Amino acid sequence: MKLTINGKDQEYTGEEDRPLLWYLREDLKMTGTKFGCGVAACGACTVLVDGQPTRACVTPAASLEGKKITTIEGLDTPAGKAVQTAWAELDVVQCGWCQSGQMLAATALLTATPKPSEQQITDGMTSNICRCATYHRIRGAVARASEIIG
Amino acid sequence: MADTATFSPSRRFVIAAIGVGTAGFAVGCDTRTAAAAGPVTLTSLGDYVRVGSDNTITVYLRHIEFGQGVSTGLTTIVAEEIDADWSQMRFEHSPADNAKYGNAAFGGMMGTGGSTAIFSSWGQLRAAGASAREMLRQAAAKKFGVDASEVLLVKGKAEAGGKSATYGELAVEASAITPPDPATLKYKDASAYAFIGKERDAATGYGRLDTPDKVHAKAQYALDYHVEGALTALLTRSPKFGGKVASFDATEAKAVAGVTDVVQISNGVAVLATNFWAAKKGRDALKITWDDSAAEKRSTDAIIADYKKALAKPGMEARKEGAGVAGLTGAGEVITADFEFPSLVHAPMEPLNCTITYKPGESCTIHSGSQMPTGDQAAACSVLGLKPEQVVITTLLAGGSFGRRATPDADLVSEAAQIAKVIEGKAPVKLMWTREDDIRSGKYRPMAVHRMTARINNGAIEAWGDRTAIQSIMEGTPFLPPGAPDFSSIEGSNDIAYAIPNISVDVHLVKSPVSVLWWRSVGHTHTAYAKEHFFDVAARKAGKDPVELRRALLAKDPRQLGVLNLAIEKAGPVPAGKTRGVAVHHSFSSYVAEVADVTVNADGTFHVDRVVCAVDCGIVINPDIVRSQMEGGIGYGLSAILGEALTIKDGAPVQTNFYDYNVLRMAQMPKIEVHIVPSTEPPTGVGEPGVPPIGPAVANALLASTGKTYSKLPLGLKA
Repeated sequence: MKLTINGKDQEYTGEEDRPLLWYLREDLKMTGTKFGCGVAACGACTVLVDGQPTRACVTPAASLEGKKITTIEGLDTPAGKAVQTAWAELDVVQCGWCQSGQMLAATALLTATPKPSEQQITDGMTSNICRCATYHRIRGAVARASEIIG
Repeated sequence: MADTATFSPSRRFVIAAIGVGTAGFAVGCDTRTAAAAGPVTLTSLGDYVRVGSDNTITVYLRHIEFGQGVSTGLTTIVAEEIDADWSQMRFEHSPADNAKYGNAAFGGMMGTGGSTAIFSSWGQLRAAGASAREMLRQAAAKKFGVDASEVLLVKGKAEAGGKSATYGELAVEASAITPPDPATLKYKDASAYAFIGKERDAATGYGRLDTPDKVHAKAQYALDYHVEGALTALLTRSPKFGGKVASFDATEAKAVAGVTDVVQISNGVAVLATNFWAAKKGRDALKITWDDSAAEKRSTDAIIADYKKALAKPGMEARKEGAGVAGLTGAGEVITADFEFPSLVHAPMEPLNCTITYKPGESCTIHSGSQMPTGDQAAACSVLGLKPEQVVITTLLAGGSFGRRATPDADLVSEAAQIAKVIEGKAPVKLMWTREDDIRSGKYRPMAVHRMTARINNGAIEAWGDRTAIQSIMEGTPFLPPGAPDFSSIEGSNDIAYAIPNISVDVHLVKSPVSVLWWRSVGHTHTAYAKEHFFDVAARKAGKDPVELRRALLAKDPRQLGVLNLAIEKAGPVPAGKTRGVAVHHSFSSYVAEVADVTVNADGTFHVDRVVCAVDCGIVINPDIVRSQMEGGIGYGLSAILGEALTIKDGAPVQTNFYDYNVLRMAQMPKIEVHIVPSTEPPTGVGEPGVPPIGPAVANALLASTGKTYSKLPLGLKA
């Protein structure tokens, strides 16, 4: 079946229940999407499916036929680029492992809500865990990305 | 003169040119203070820094980058002394080699931890940078036909008499120059620094070196490493601590498509498959019977009760002032409380993993986020019967660690090597830990109970008692000689700085099959909480303002007093409707005070709204990384005291994954302000010292509101 990943068609022939995360990482060698918990509890594997933040670790690749999948490697919308610029400007990253998921979640938030309030930022980001606790800077970077988008 | 051929730089740096001189570079040293203050042994300059003909300058990190910023901090030191342009700077993890990359603070063993990277490297990397600079100067003088004193070195270029050359253009000539006598090295005056102590700067490009690759998903972590034909291995370990495999049935596991092997090793049974999903399904289908005869069978409550039994008697003495324990009886009122601390899991976001390629009798390569590469190398040698030179460790970025990747028994690599041995190296093996493996397989911050006692008389704390029962992290490891006191259990207790006339600190080291490990800030994770929260309890009992009493009793400790005063000044008045707590602590040679402003709601729930932090870590290499480590340390510490606990039932962990092991999320993260004390003292660590004060600062805020002593962690949802 055909999956559209970052605008490119991919033929998926794997098992019905195999999560998208492992198809991306192991078959397509797109390792920007990270494994963190395997049970949709941390957000490290967040990708966008038709613009909606989705946990790749529990979403079977085979369930995504006809959907548009965006990973960190293809984050080239205005919101996505603004997020990456803001993340760099504020030196948000520490270990960096969760940050692909954080940036995808932020992109989804800003696409739906370009001028989020502090509470909306927290609500939009609080399901993504960062053990380095870069939350303080993530808040600032989401606000900064919102400014960049204008 | 040494050659550079013995060192194996990546292909990009084959034309590395500076890298000569085995002349023992200045004096050796093995104390933390000396390591920070002066030059140390540089066996070969090229092992530390290389200038390539492509005009890059690469600093070889003997400390792993796992978020704490060493790839920028250590590189900054070299960039400063060599007078580089920041765009030239690169970093690579060094190979496993104690002789070249041993950490003086770890007795010469390679390792990252104890917040030692900057202070153990400061002298060495300054010397490396300054030496390379002088060699470039000499090379330029020859090339330009001028005296070396006429050569000006600025931003990666040498200039004299209207001529100019980049460092890259000088690299080959510079490699032929004899390194300068270290005694003659001159270091930049701090007033001339271009990078050290500077903020991110768009004009110079200065900023975190690992940011661009991490933001654009180009950074390669251990789990991202791929080698063709590798099998993914998942290991089932004993559900109970100390259990062993009695028998297993692999029939159903082997029936899963993609599963290639099921092998038993010392601590469990591994399923190997062509991909993760197959390995997981295979492991789920595995049937194992366990022999629990030597396993832990108690539950957390019973273990705590055993700790408390031990506390009835004096333990190993760790500090005595005045009358010591006898001082706890006498005039006035004696107060006491047992502070209970749970086991904690590190839970770095990238689960443990490594990839091992083994050729029996020949070689082994390991790609891993290794925090103690030579320990991992030794483990592989021991399992596979190879010599160190046959085992190549490539250290890749790690997605956090917090101590978990530094294991004296090299658990991860040892498991991977055993699996590789059983399958006789027929394929590379990528051993992965799932999050469940991470949460349930041990190596926890040990649970601990502190029995705190104080005698209050005439408005003063006249005696202080701190008796701990805890499982030792260090006992049985190479880091603790037999019979030596386990400093990791008492650090932060035994060096209590308050001028109290009678002090008694003692410790019971308790045994259990539950495995334990250092967890970001190690002993200070519990000792700071017990000391600083009980201090507020005692101060209030004495009718004193806790902050004023701290100031009085820290009069002879200017650096603790300094951060305390700075944090309080910057915090300003207590906002209306909020309660405030303060804590100050010295750890890993740095000083940190934190002020927590907390809202306690009518229903008893509370929220930490704002934390003001002051840190004194000596000379600051990169202030933004100091701030980020304080922010992260506060978040990591807050996570633990609010919600983290690994409990044990009948010898097995209760929690499984992030849905029941509760870590901090953004909604709980306070606003944070970090203030840095200007200093000319040698630089000290920042990775850990931000963690210890946050717990007691929050507990002290709650105490100020409710009058309660918060003696059982985690605090949970209600004040």
